[in-house]
Amino acid sequence: MFSRRKSESTEFKVPELENVPEAGVGYHIDAWWWLVALVAGLIAILSITKPDPYWRIVLFVRDGIGVTILITIVSFVLMIFVGMLGGLGRLSTNKVIHLVTTFYVEIVRGIPLLVQLIWWYFAFPVIVRELGQATHISFLANYEANAILLAIFGFVFCYGAYMSEIFRAGIQSIPKGQMEAARSLGMSYFQAMRHVVLPQAIRVILPPVGNEFIALLKDSSLVSAVALADLTRRGREFMAANFDPLQVWTMIALLYLVMTLFSARIVNYVERRTKIER
Amino acid sequence: MLNGERRLKDNKDPIIQIKDIHKHFGKVHALRGVNLDIKRGEVVVIVGPSGSGKSTLLRCINRLEEYDSGKIVVDGILLHGAQNINMVRQEIGMVFQSFNLFAHLTVMDNLMLAQKIVRKRSPEEARKIAMDLLKKVGIPEKINAYPSQISGGQQQRVAIARALAMNPRIMLFDEPTSALDPEMIKEVLDVMMDLAKEGMTMVVVSHEMGFARAAAQRIIFMDEGQIIEEAPPEVLFTNPKQERTKRFLSKILDH
Ligand SMILES: Nc1ncnc2c1ncn2[C@@H]1O[C@H](COP(=O)(O)OP(=O)(O)OP(=O)(O)O)[C@@H](O)[C@H]1O
Ligand SMILES: [Mg+2]
Repeated sequence: MFSRRKSESTEFKVPELENVPEAGVGYHIDAWWWLVALVAGLIAILSITKPDPYWRIVLFVRDGIGVTILITIVSFVLMIFVGMLGGLGRLSTNKVIHLVTTFYVEIVRGIPLLVQLIWWYFAFPVIVRELGQATHISFLANYEANAILLAIFGFVFCYGAYMSEIFRAGIQSIPKGQMEAARSLGMSYFQAMRHVVLPQAIRVILPPVGNEFIALLKDSSLVSAVALADLTRRGREFMAANFDPLQVWTMIALLYLVMTLFSARIVNYVERRTKIER
Repeated sequence: MLNGERRLKDNKDPIIQIKDIHKHFGKVHALRGVNLDIKRGEVVVIVGPSGSGKSTLLRCINRLEEYDSGKIVVDGILLHGAQNINMVRQEIGMVFQSFNLFAHLTVMDNLMLAQKIVRKRSPEEARKIAMDLLKKVGIPEKINAYPSQISGGQQQRVAIARALAMNPRIMLFDEPTSALDPEMIKEVLDVMMDLAKEGMTMVVVSHEMGFARAAAQRIIFMDEGQIIEEAPPEVLFTNPKQERTKRFLSKILDH
Protein backbone atom coordinates (compact mmCIF):
# COMPACT_ATOMS: atom_id res chain seq x y z
CA MET A 1 0.00 0.00 0.00
CA PHE A 2 2.71 2.43 1.00
CA SER A 3 6.30 2.11 2.01
CA ARG A 4 7.21 2.19 5.64
CA ARG A 5 10.42 3.65 6.75
CA LYS A 6 12.50 1.11 8.59
CA SER A 7 13.15 3.15 11.68
CA GLU A 8 9.44 3.44 12.34
CA SER A 9 8.39 -0.11 11.76
CA THR A 10 9.02 -1.27 15.30
CA GLU A 11 7.25 1.70 16.73
CA PHE A 12 3.84 0.96 15.31
CA LYS A 13 3.82 -2.81 15.33
CA VAL A 14 3.50 -3.13 19.05
CA PRO A 15 0.25 -1.30 19.65
CA GLU A 16 -1.40 -2.93 16.64
CA LEU A 17 -0.97 -6.29 18.28
CA GLU A 18 -3.31 -5.25 21.06
CA ASN A 19 -6.12 -5.31 18.56
CA VAL A 20 -5.81 -8.95 17.74
CA PRO A 21 -8.03 -11.09 19.95
CA GLU A 22 -6.30 -13.83 21.84
CA ALA A 23 -6.53 -17.11 20.03
CA GLY A 24 -8.13 -20.24 21.42
CA VAL A 25 -11.48 -21.38 22.70
CA GLY A 26 -10.81 -20.22 26.23
CA TYR A 27 -11.15 -16.62 25.18
CA HIS A 28 -14.81 -16.96 24.32
CA ILE A 29 -15.95 -19.26 27.09
CA ASP A 30 -15.59 -17.97 30.60
CA ALA A 31 -15.28 -20.10 33.69
CA TRP A 32 -18.81 -19.67 34.98
CA TRP A 33 -20.44 -21.63 32.19
CA TRP A 34 -19.91 -24.73 34.34
CA LEU A 35 -22.49 -23.38 36.77
CA VAL A 36 -25.05 -23.18 33.99
CA ALA A 37 -24.16 -26.71 33.00
CA LEU A 38 -24.42 -27.86 36.60
CA VAL A 39 -27.96 -26.53 37.05
CA ALA A 40 -29.04 -27.80 33.63
CA GLY A 41 -27.53 -31.17 34.54
CA LEU A 42 -29.40 -31.22 37.82
CA ILE A 43 -32.68 -30.64 36.03
CA ALA A 44 -31.86 -33.42 33.58
CA ILE A 45 -30.83 -35.88 36.31
CA LEU A 46 -33.98 -35.22 38.35
CA SER A 47 -36.16 -35.61 35.25
CA ILE A 48 -34.48 -38.86 34.24
CA THR A 49 -34.09 -40.52 37.62
CA LYS A 50 -37.46 -39.46 38.97
CA PRO A 51 -39.68 -38.71 35.95
CA ASP A 52 -42.63 -38.76 38.31
CA PRO A 53 -43.09 -36.02 39.38
CA TYR A 54 -40.12 -34.09 37.92
CA TRP A 55 -40.47 -34.81 34.23
CA ARG A 56 -44.25 -34.44 34.55
CA ILE A 57 -43.69 -31.00 36.07
CA VAL A 58 -41.39 -29.98 33.25
CA LEU A 59 -43.90 -31.10 30.65
CA PHE A 60 -46.73 -29.36 32.47
CA VAL A 61 -44.98 -25.98 32.81
CA ARG A 62 -43.37 -26.14 29.36
CA ASP A 63 -45.75 -23.62 27.75
CA GLY A 64 -45.29 -21.39 30.82
CA ILE A 65 -41.56 -21.24 30.07
CA GLY A 66 -42.47 -20.13 26.57
CA VAL A 67 -44.69 -17.34 27.91
CA THR A 68 -42.01 -16.20 30.34
CA ILE A 69 -39.35 -16.07 27.64
CA LEU A 70 -41.68 -14.38 25.16
CA ILE A 71 -42.68 -11.64 27.59
CA THR A 72 -39.12 -11.09 28.69
CA ILE A 73 -37.60 -10.83 25.23
CA VAL A 74 -40.34 -8.74 23.62
CA SER A 75 -40.46 -6.37 26.59
CA PHE A 76 -36.69 -6.12 26.62
CA VAL A 77 -36.39 -5.16 22.97
CA LEU A 78 -39.13 -2.55 23.28
CA MET A 79 -37.81 -1.07 26.48
CA ILE A 80 -34.42 -0.46 24.90
CA PHE A 81 -36.11 1.93 22.50
CA VAL A 82 -38.09 3.55 25.30
CA GLY A 83 -34.91 3.82 27.35
CA MET A 84 -33.01 5.40 24.50
CA LEU A 85 -35.73 7.97 23.86
CA GLY A 86 -36.20 8.56 27.57
CA GLY A 87 -32.47 8.99 28.10
CA LEU A 88 -32.22 11.49 25.26
CA GLY A 89 -35.30 13.23 26.61
CA ARG A 90 -33.76 13.53 30.05
CA LEU A 91 -30.74 15.20 28.46
CA SER A 92 -32.77 17.40 26.14
CA THR A 93 -32.30 21.13 26.32
CA ASN A 94 -35.94 21.46 25.31
CA LYS A 95 -37.70 22.22 28.59
CA VAL A 96 -40.97 20.48 27.72
CA ILE A 97 -39.33 17.23 26.61
CA HIS A 98 -37.06 17.29 29.63
CA LEU A 99 -39.98 17.88 31.97
CA VAL A 100 -42.18 15.16 30.46
CA THR A 101 -39.46 12.50 30.57
CA THR A 102 -38.37 13.44 34.07
CA PHE A 103 -41.98 13.31 35.21
CA TYR A 104 -42.36 9.88 33.63
CA VAL A 105 -39.23 8.50 35.26
CA GLU A 106 -40.13 9.84 38.70
CA ILE A 107 -43.71 8.57 38.58
CA VAL A 108 -42.80 5.10 37.44
CA ARG A 109 -40.04 4.69 39.97
CA GLY A 110 -42.40 5.53 42.81
CA ILE A 111 -44.94 2.76 42.19
CA PRO A 112 -44.34 -0.96 42.83
CA LEU A 113 -44.09 -2.95 39.63
CA LEU A 114 -46.77 -5.40 40.76
CA VAL A 115 -49.21 -2.54 41.33
CA GLN A 116 -48.36 -1.12 37.91
CA LEU A 117 -49.00 -4.46 36.19
CA ILE A 118 -52.30 -4.88 37.98
CA TRP A 119 -53.25 -1.32 37.11
CA TRP A 120 -52.60 -1.82 33.39
CA TYR A 121 -54.53 -5.09 33.37
CA PHE A 122 -57.55 -4.20 35.51
CA ALA A 123 -57.79 -0.40 35.56
CA PHE A 124 -56.55 0.67 32.15
CA PRO A 125 -59.25 -1.25 30.19
CA VAL A 126 -61.91 0.52 32.26
CA ILE A 127 -60.56 3.87 31.11
CA VAL A 128 -60.51 2.69 27.50
CA ARG A 129 -64.10 1.42 27.71
CA GLU A 130 -65.40 4.60 29.33
CA LEU A 131 -63.59 6.65 26.78
CA GLY A 132 -65.20 4.51 24.06
CA GLN A 133 -68.65 4.98 25.53
CA ALA A 134 -68.19 8.73 25.86
CA THR A 135 -67.04 9.05 22.25
CA HIS A 136 -69.34 6.32 20.88
CA ILE A 137 -66.53 4.34 19.37
CA SER A 138 -67.76 0.80 19.81
CA PHE A 139 -64.34 -0.70 19.18
CA LEU A 140 -63.06 1.03 22.31
CA ALA A 141 -66.27 0.62 24.29
CA ASN A 142 -66.04 -3.17 23.95
CA TYR A 143 -62.32 -3.29 24.67
CA GLU A 144 -61.28 -6.56 26.29
CA ALA A 145 -58.04 -6.68 28.24
CA ASN A 146 -55.39 -8.71 26.46
CA ALA A 147 -53.22 -10.08 29.25
CA ILE A 148 -50.03 -10.60 27.24
CA LEU A 149 -50.16 -7.21 25.52
CA LEU A 150 -50.90 -5.32 28.70
CA ALA A 151 -48.26 -7.22 30.64
CA ILE A 152 -45.65 -6.38 28.02
CA PHE A 153 -46.89 -2.81 28.01
CA GLY A 154 -46.60 -2.64 31.80
CA PHE A 155 -43.06 -4.00 31.78
CA VAL A 156 -41.94 -1.69 28.99
CA PHE A 157 -43.49 1.29 30.73
CA CYS A 158 -41.87 0.50 34.05
CA TYR A 159 -38.49 -0.81 32.94
CA GLY A 160 -38.31 1.87 30.25
CA ALA A 161 -38.01 4.42 33.04
CA TYR A 162 -35.09 2.62 34.67
CA MET A 163 -33.59 2.09 31.24
CA SER A 164 -33.88 5.84 30.57
CA GLU A 165 -31.73 6.53 33.58
CA ILE A 166 -29.15 4.00 32.41
CA PHE A 167 -29.03 5.56 28.95
CA ARG A 168 -28.83 9.04 30.41
CA ALA A 169 -25.91 8.10 32.63
CA GLY A 170 -24.23 6.22 29.78
CA ILE A 171 -24.50 9.12 27.37
CA GLN A 172 -23.31 11.55 30.04
CA SER A 173 -20.27 9.39 30.68
CA ILE A 174 -18.97 10.07 27.17
CA PRO A 175 -16.72 13.15 27.19
CA LYS A 176 -18.47 16.23 25.81
CA GLY A 177 -15.64 16.73 23.36
CA GLN A 178 -16.86 13.74 21.34
CA MET A 179 -20.16 15.41 20.59
CA GLU A 180 -18.48 18.75 19.99
CA ALA A 181 -15.97 17.28 17.56
CA ALA A 182 -18.78 15.57 15.66
CA ARG A 183 -20.88 18.71 15.56
CA SER A 184 -17.92 20.82 14.46
CA LEU A 185 -17.51 18.47 11.49
CA GLY A 186 -21.02 19.38 10.41
CA MET A 187 -22.93 16.39 11.77
CA SER A 188 -26.42 17.01 13.08
CA TYR A 189 -27.24 16.23 16.70
CA PHE A 190 -28.81 12.91 15.71
CA GLN A 191 -25.99 11.94 13.37
CA ALA A 192 -23.49 12.66 16.13
CA MET A 193 -25.57 10.68 18.63
CA ARG A 194 -25.99 7.74 16.31
CA HIS A 195 -22.45 7.50 14.93
CA VAL A 196 -20.29 8.85 17.73
CA VAL A 197 -21.89 9.06 21.17
CA LEU A 198 -24.23 6.06 21.32
CA PRO A 199 -21.74 3.51 19.93
CA GLN A 200 -19.43 4.49 22.78
CA ALA A 201 -22.17 4.78 25.36
CA ILE A 202 -23.43 1.28 24.50
CA ARG A 203 -20.27 -0.18 25.95
CA VAL A 204 -20.82 1.67 29.21
CA ILE A 205 -24.50 0.86 29.24
CA LEU A 206 -24.17 -2.81 28.48
CA PRO A 207 -23.46 -4.16 31.98
CA PRO A 208 -26.40 -2.39 33.66
CA VAL A 209 -28.67 -3.18 30.71
CA GLY A 210 -27.68 -6.82 31.01
CA ASN A 211 -28.60 -6.69 34.69
CA GLU A 212 -31.97 -5.22 33.76
CA PHE A 213 -32.59 -8.15 31.43
CA ILE A 214 -31.97 -10.62 34.21
CA ALA A 215 -34.06 -8.60 36.65
CA LEU A 216 -36.84 -8.50 34.06
CA LEU A 217 -36.66 -12.25 33.57
CA LYS A 218 -37.24 -12.71 37.28
CA ASP A 219 -39.85 -9.96 37.58
CA SER A 220 -41.81 -11.55 34.76
CA SER A 221 -43.08 -14.00 37.38
CA LEU A 222 -45.26 -11.12 38.62
CA VAL A 223 -47.53 -11.53 35.61
CA SER A 224 -48.95 -14.63 37.23
CA ALA A 225 -51.00 -12.08 39.19
CA VAL A 226 -52.72 -10.88 36.02
CA ALA A 227 -54.06 -14.13 34.65
CA LEU A 228 -51.10 -14.98 32.45
CA ALA A 229 -50.00 -18.60 32.35
CA ASP A 230 -46.28 -18.00 32.74
CA LEU A 231 -43.85 -20.37 34.41
CA THR A 232 -44.80 -19.34 37.96
CA ARG A 233 -48.51 -19.51 37.25
CA ARG A 234 -48.21 -22.97 35.70
CA GLY A 235 -46.27 -24.09 38.76
CA ARG A 236 -49.10 -22.98 40.96
CA GLU A 237 -51.60 -24.81 38.80
CA PHE A 238 -49.58 -27.99 39.00
CA MET A 239 -49.31 -27.73 42.76
CA ALA A 240 -53.05 -27.18 43.09
CA ALA A 241 -53.70 -30.40 41.19
CA ASN A 242 -50.97 -32.57 42.67
CA PHE A 243 -50.19 -31.29 46.17
CA ASP A 244 -46.41 -31.69 46.00
CA PRO A 245 -45.12 -28.17 46.70
CA LEU A 246 -41.54 -29.25 47.45
CA GLN A 247 -40.92 -30.89 44.08
CA VAL A 248 -42.85 -28.30 42.04
CA TRP A 249 -41.23 -25.20 43.50
CA THR A 250 -37.78 -26.74 43.53
CA MET A 251 -38.14 -27.50 39.85
CA ILE A 252 -39.57 -24.05 39.07
CA ALA A 253 -36.70 -22.42 40.96
CA LEU A 254 -34.17 -24.50 39.05
CA LEU A 255 -35.79 -23.59 35.73
CA TYR A 256 -35.59 -19.87 36.53
CA LEU A 257 -32.06 -20.33 37.76
CA VAL A 258 -30.82 -22.00 34.59
CA MET A 259 -32.37 -19.19 32.51
CA THR A 260 -30.88 -16.37 34.59
CA LEU A 261 -27.45 -18.00 34.82
CA PHE A 262 -27.47 -18.57 31.08
CA SER A 263 -28.44 -14.94 30.45
CA ALA A 264 -25.69 -13.74 32.75
CA ARG A 265 -23.13 -15.67 30.73
CA ILE A 266 -24.42 -14.21 27.46
CA VAL A 267 -24.28 -10.71 28.93
CA ASN A 268 -20.75 -11.32 30.11
CA TYR A 269 -19.72 -12.62 26.70
CA VAL A 270 -21.16 -9.62 24.83
CA GLU A 271 -19.55 -7.24 27.31
CA ARG A 272 -16.13 -8.69 26.76
CA ARG A 273 -16.53 -8.60 23.01
CA THR A 274 -17.34 -4.90 22.95
CA LYS A 275 -14.78 -3.58 25.39
CA ILE A 276 -12.71 -0.59 24.22
CA GLU A 277 -9.81 1.18 25.73
CA ARG A 278 -9.76 4.89 26.13
CA MET B 1 -7.30 20.79 -1.80
CA LEU B 2 -9.09 23.98 -2.74
CA ASN B 3 -11.84 22.90 -5.03
CA GLY B 4 -14.35 24.20 -7.48
CA GLU B 5 -17.37 23.75 -5.26
CA ARG B 6 -16.43 26.93 -3.48
CA ARG B 7 -18.37 29.99 -4.37
CA LEU B 8 -16.40 32.86 -5.74
CA LYS B 9 -16.59 35.92 -3.57
CA ASP B 10 -14.96 39.26 -3.47
CA ASN B 11 -11.67 38.41 -1.83
CA LYS B 12 -11.52 41.69 0.00
CA ASP B 13 -14.59 40.75 2.02
CA PRO B 14 -13.55 39.53 5.43
CA ILE B 15 -14.24 35.80 5.64
CA ILE B 16 -15.23 36.16 9.29
CA GLN B 17 -17.00 39.27 10.57
CA ILE B 18 -17.62 39.48 14.29
CA LYS B 19 -19.73 42.42 15.44
CA ASP B 20 -20.25 43.37 19.06
CA ILE B 21 -20.61 39.86 20.45
CA HIS B 22 -21.81 39.46 24.01
CA LYS B 23 -21.99 36.16 25.84
CA HIS B 24 -22.99 35.31 29.38
CA PHE B 25 -22.59 32.05 31.27
CA GLY B 26 -25.12 32.69 34.00
CA LYS B 27 -23.64 35.66 35.79
CA VAL B 28 -20.25 35.43 34.10
CA HIS B 29 -19.96 37.98 31.31
CA ALA B 30 -17.52 35.98 29.18
CA LEU B 31 -17.54 38.13 26.03
CA ARG B 32 -18.11 41.86 26.37
CA GLY B 33 -18.55 43.35 22.94
CA VAL B 34 -15.98 41.69 20.73
CA ASN B 35 -15.40 43.11 17.24
CA LEU B 36 -13.08 41.34 14.84
CA ASP B 37 -12.76 40.96 11.08
CA ILE B 38 -10.60 38.23 9.65
CA LYS B 39 -9.49 38.31 6.04
CA ARG B 40 -9.25 35.39 3.68
CA GLY B 41 -5.97 33.56 4.11
CA GLU B 42 -5.12 35.45 7.25
CA VAL B 43 -3.56 33.74 10.24
CA VAL B 44 -4.61 35.29 13.51
CA VAL B 45 -3.25 34.19 16.87
CA ILE B 46 -5.25 35.01 19.99
CA VAL B 47 -3.47 35.28 23.31
CA GLY B 48 -4.69 36.25 26.73
CA PRO B 49 -4.89 35.11 30.34
CA SER B 50 -6.96 32.13 31.42
CA GLY B 51 -10.66 32.92 31.51
CA SER B 52 -10.36 35.89 29.17
CA GLY B 53 -12.85 34.37 26.72
CA LYS B 54 -10.55 33.06 23.98
CA SER B 55 -12.18 29.64 23.75
CA THR B 56 -15.64 31.12 24.03
CA LEU B 57 -14.96 33.46 21.11
CA LEU B 58 -13.64 30.61 18.99
CA ARG B 59 -16.62 28.43 19.86
CA CYS B 60 -19.01 31.22 18.95
CA ILE B 61 -17.52 31.36 15.46
CA ASN B 62 -18.73 27.84 14.66
CA ARG B 63 -21.64 28.10 17.05
CA LEU B 64 -20.62 25.39 19.46
CA GLU B 65 -21.64 28.16 21.79
CA GLU B 66 -24.62 30.44 21.34
CA TYR B 67 -24.10 34.12 21.91
CA ASP B 68 -26.50 36.59 23.48
CA SER B 69 -26.21 39.54 21.11
CA GLY B 70 -24.22 40.84 18.20
CA LYS B 71 -23.62 38.99 14.97
CA ILE B 72 -21.12 36.74 13.30
CA VAL B 73 -20.98 36.38 9.54
CA VAL B 74 -18.88 33.55 8.18
CA ASP B 75 -18.17 33.55 4.48
CA GLY B 76 -21.25 35.60 3.82
CA ILE B 77 -23.51 33.34 5.90
CA LEU B 78 -25.07 34.97 8.91
CA LEU B 79 -25.00 32.56 11.83
CA HIS B 80 -28.50 32.98 13.02
CA GLY B 81 -30.91 30.30 14.06
CA ALA B 82 -30.06 26.67 13.55
CA GLN B 83 -30.98 26.21 9.90
CA ASN B 84 -27.66 26.90 8.28
CA ILE B 85 -25.53 25.94 11.23
CA ASN B 86 -24.39 22.58 9.84
CA MET B 87 -23.71 24.23 6.50
CA VAL B 88 -21.43 26.76 8.14
CA ARG B 89 -19.73 24.13 10.27
CA GLN B 90 -18.72 22.28 7.12
CA GLU B 91 -16.79 25.40 6.15
CA ILE B 92 -15.00 25.61 9.49
CA GLY B 93 -12.66 23.00 10.83
CA MET B 94 -11.98 22.95 14.54
CA VAL B 95 -9.08 21.46 16.45
CA PHE B 96 -9.38 21.04 20.20
CA GLN B 97 -6.91 21.03 23.03
CA SER B 98 -7.95 17.49 23.96
CA PHE B 99 -7.90 16.17 20.34
CA ASN B 100 -11.35 14.61 20.66
CA LEU B 101 -10.75 11.81 18.21
CA PHE B 102 -13.66 9.39 18.14
CA ALA B 103 -12.46 6.79 20.62
CA HIS B 104 -14.36 3.85 19.12
CA LEU B 105 -13.06 4.35 15.59
CA THR B 106 -9.70 3.73 13.96
CA VAL B 107 -7.67 6.61 12.61
CA MET B 108 -8.96 5.91 9.11
CA ASP B 109 -12.59 5.74 10.23
CA ASN B 110 -12.14 8.97 12.19
CA LEU B 111 -11.24 10.66 8.93
CA MET B 112 -13.92 8.95 6.88
CA LEU B 113 -17.02 9.23 9.07
CA ALA B 114 -18.02 12.85 8.51
CA GLN B 115 -16.92 12.73 4.88
CA LYS B 116 -19.41 9.93 4.29
CA ILE B 117 -22.37 11.15 6.28
CA VAL B 118 -21.98 14.91 5.93
CA ARG B 119 -20.20 15.37 2.61
CA LYS B 120 -21.90 12.23 1.20
CA ARG B 121 -18.69 10.96 -0.33
CA SER B 122 -18.35 7.37 -1.41
CA PRO B 123 -16.19 5.20 0.86
CA GLU B 124 -13.54 4.94 -1.87
CA GLU B 125 -13.37 8.67 -2.34
CA ALA B 126 -13.37 9.34 1.41
CA ARG B 127 -10.62 6.79 1.92
CA LYS B 128 -8.47 8.32 -0.77
CA ILE B 129 -8.84 11.82 0.64
CA ALA B 130 -8.13 10.51 4.13
CA MET B 131 -5.02 8.68 2.98
CA ASP B 132 -3.66 11.76 1.22
CA LEU B 133 -4.20 13.87 4.33
CA LEU B 134 -2.65 11.30 6.65
CA LYS B 135 0.42 11.32 4.42
CA LYS B 136 0.42 15.08 4.55
CA VAL B 137 0.41 15.15 8.36
CA GLY B 138 2.98 12.41 8.41
CA ILE B 139 1.19 9.37 9.81
CA PRO B 140 0.12 7.08 6.98
CA GLU B 141 1.21 3.99 8.96
CA LYS B 142 -1.33 4.42 11.70
CA ILE B 143 -4.54 4.09 9.74
CA ASN B 144 -5.72 1.01 11.64
CA ALA B 145 -4.70 2.15 15.10
CA TYR B 146 -7.23 3.36 17.63
CA PRO B 147 -6.73 6.82 19.17
CA SER B 148 -5.66 5.33 22.50
CA GLN B 149 -2.85 3.50 20.75
CA ILE B 150 -1.06 6.53 19.32
CA SER B 151 0.77 9.41 20.95
CA GLY B 152 -0.78 12.77 21.75
CA GLY B 153 1.11 14.46 18.97
CA GLN B 154 -0.07 11.87 16.50
CA GLN B 155 -3.64 12.17 17.76
CA GLN B 156 -3.58 15.91 17.25
CA ARG B 157 -2.22 15.53 13.74
CA VAL B 158 -4.98 13.04 12.98
CA ALA B 159 -7.48 15.52 14.40
CA ILE B 160 -6.14 18.19 12.05
CA ALA B 161 -6.35 15.81 9.12
CA ARG B 162 -9.91 14.89 10.11
CA ALA B 163 -10.93 18.54 10.03
CA LEU B 164 -9.14 19.12 6.71
CA ALA B 165 -10.94 16.18 5.13
CA MET B 166 -14.08 18.29 5.10
CA ASN B 167 -12.34 20.88 2.91
CA PRO B 168 -12.89 23.76 5.33
CA ARG B 169 -12.08 27.31 4.34
CA ILE B 170 -11.31 28.28 7.90
CA MET B 171 -9.51 26.39 10.63
CA LEU B 172 -9.97 27.17 14.31
CA PHE B 173 -7.39 25.90 16.78
CA ASP B 174 -8.03 26.05 20.52
CA GLU B 175 -4.71 25.56 22.29
CA PRO B 176 -3.79 22.66 20.02
CA THR B 177 -0.47 21.98 21.69
CA SER B 178 -1.08 22.73 25.34
CA ALA B 179 -2.02 19.15 26.22
CA LEU B 180 1.11 17.80 24.57
CA ASP B 181 4.47 16.77 25.93
CA PRO B 182 7.15 19.26 24.84
CA GLU B 183 8.77 16.86 22.38
CA MET B 184 5.52 16.51 20.45
CA ILE B 185 4.64 20.16 20.15
CA LYS B 186 6.86 20.77 17.17
CA GLU B 187 5.37 18.03 15.00
CA VAL B 188 1.93 19.60 15.42
CA LEU B 189 3.15 23.16 14.90
CA ASP B 190 4.94 22.06 11.73
CA VAL B 191 1.68 20.79 10.30
CA MET B 192 -0.02 24.05 11.23
CA MET B 193 2.83 26.02 9.70
CA ASP B 194 2.44 24.17 6.40
CA LEU B 195 -1.25 24.90 6.48
CA ALA B 196 -0.61 28.58 7.03
CA LYS B 197 1.81 28.63 4.09
CA GLU B 198 -0.85 27.10 1.87
CA GLY B 199 -3.04 30.09 2.55
CA MET B 200 -5.57 28.59 4.95
CA THR B 201 -7.48 31.11 7.02
CA MET B 202 -6.58 30.25 10.59
CA VAL B 203 -7.68 31.50 13.98
CA VAL B 204 -5.38 30.06 16.60
CA VAL B 205 -5.58 30.34 20.35
CA SER B 206 -2.07 29.53 21.45
CA HIS B 207 0.76 30.80 23.55
CA GLU B 208 3.39 29.31 21.27
CA MET B 209 5.24 32.51 20.55
CA GLY B 210 7.55 30.98 17.97
CA PHE B 211 4.60 29.87 15.91
CA ALA B 212 2.85 33.21 16.38
CA ARG B 213 5.89 35.13 15.17
CA ALA B 214 6.46 32.92 12.16
CA ALA B 215 2.89 32.33 11.01
CA ALA B 216 0.60 35.08 12.21
CA GLN B 217 -0.19 38.29 10.43
CA ARG B 218 -1.93 39.57 13.53
CA ILE B 219 -1.84 38.89 17.24
CA ILE B 220 -4.97 39.61 19.26
CA PHE B 221 -4.65 40.16 22.97
CA MET B 222 -7.81 39.45 24.91
CA ASP B 223 -8.58 40.13 28.54
CA GLU B 224 -11.82 39.96 30.50
CA GLY B 225 -13.95 39.24 27.48
CA GLN B 226 -12.61 42.05 25.32
CA ILE B 227 -10.00 42.59 22.67
CA ILE B 228 -7.50 44.88 24.34
CA GLU B 229 -4.98 45.24 21.58
CA GLU B 230 -4.17 43.87 18.16
CA ALA B 231 -1.09 44.25 16.01
CA PRO B 232 1.33 42.30 13.84
CA PRO B 233 3.52 40.02 15.98
CA GLU B 234 6.70 42.04 15.58
CA VAL B 235 4.86 45.11 16.83
CA LEU B 236 2.80 43.58 19.60
CA PHE B 237 5.57 41.47 21.08
CA THR B 238 8.21 44.19 21.10
CA ASN B 239 6.18 47.31 21.53
CA PRO B 240 2.78 46.76 23.13
CA LYS B 241 0.77 49.91 23.76
CA GLN B 242 -1.48 48.81 26.59
CA GLU B 243 -0.30 48.29 30.13
CA ARG B 244 -2.28 45.05 30.44
CA THR B 245 -0.70 43.64 27.30
CA LYS B 246 2.76 44.44 28.63
CA ARG B 247 2.07 42.73 31.92
CA PHE B 248 0.67 39.65 30.23
CA LEU B 249 3.51 39.39 27.71
CA SER B 250 6.14 39.77 30.38
CA LYS B 251 4.67 36.71 32.05
CA ILE B 252 4.60 34.46 29.01
CA LEU B 253 7.66 35.66 27.12
CA ASP B 254 10.30 35.19 29.79
CA HIS B 255 9.85 31.72 31.06
N1 LIG C 1 -19.59 26.14 29.80
C1 LIG C 1 -19.35 27.16 30.66
N2 LIG C 1 -20.13 27.34 31.73
C2 LIG C 1 -19.91 28.36 32.59
N3 LIG C 1 -18.91 29.23 32.47
C3 LIG C 1 -18.07 29.09 31.43
C4 LIG C 1 -18.24 28.05 30.48
N4 LIG C 1 -17.27 28.16 29.56
C5 LIG C 1 -16.53 29.23 29.92
N5 LIG C 1 -17.01 29.79 31.05
C6 LIG C 1 -16.46 31.00 31.70
O1 LIG C 1 -16.33 32.00 30.74
C7 LIG C 1 -15.11 32.70 30.91
C8 LIG C 1 -14.29 32.60 29.64
O2 LIG C 1 -13.88 31.25 29.48
P1 LIG C 1 -13.00 30.74 28.27
O3 LIG C 1 -12.95 29.27 28.37
O4 LIG C 1 -13.50 31.31 27.01
O5 LIG C 1 -11.59 31.36 28.62
P2 LIG C 1 -10.20 31.09 27.93
O6 LIG C 1 -9.66 32.42 27.58
O7 LIG C 1 -10.34 30.11 26.85
O8 LIG C 1 -9.37 30.50 29.13
P3 LIG C 1 -8.27 29.32 29.12
O9 LIG C 1 -6.98 29.97 28.73
O10 LIG C 1 -8.23 28.89 30.55
O11 LIG C 1 -8.72 28.27 28.19
C9 LIG C 1 -14.45 32.10 32.12
O12 LIG C 1 -14.75 32.91 33.24
C10 LIG C 1 -15.08 30.75 32.26
O13 LIG C 1 -15.12 30.36 33.60
MG1 LIG D 1 -9.67 28.09 26.54
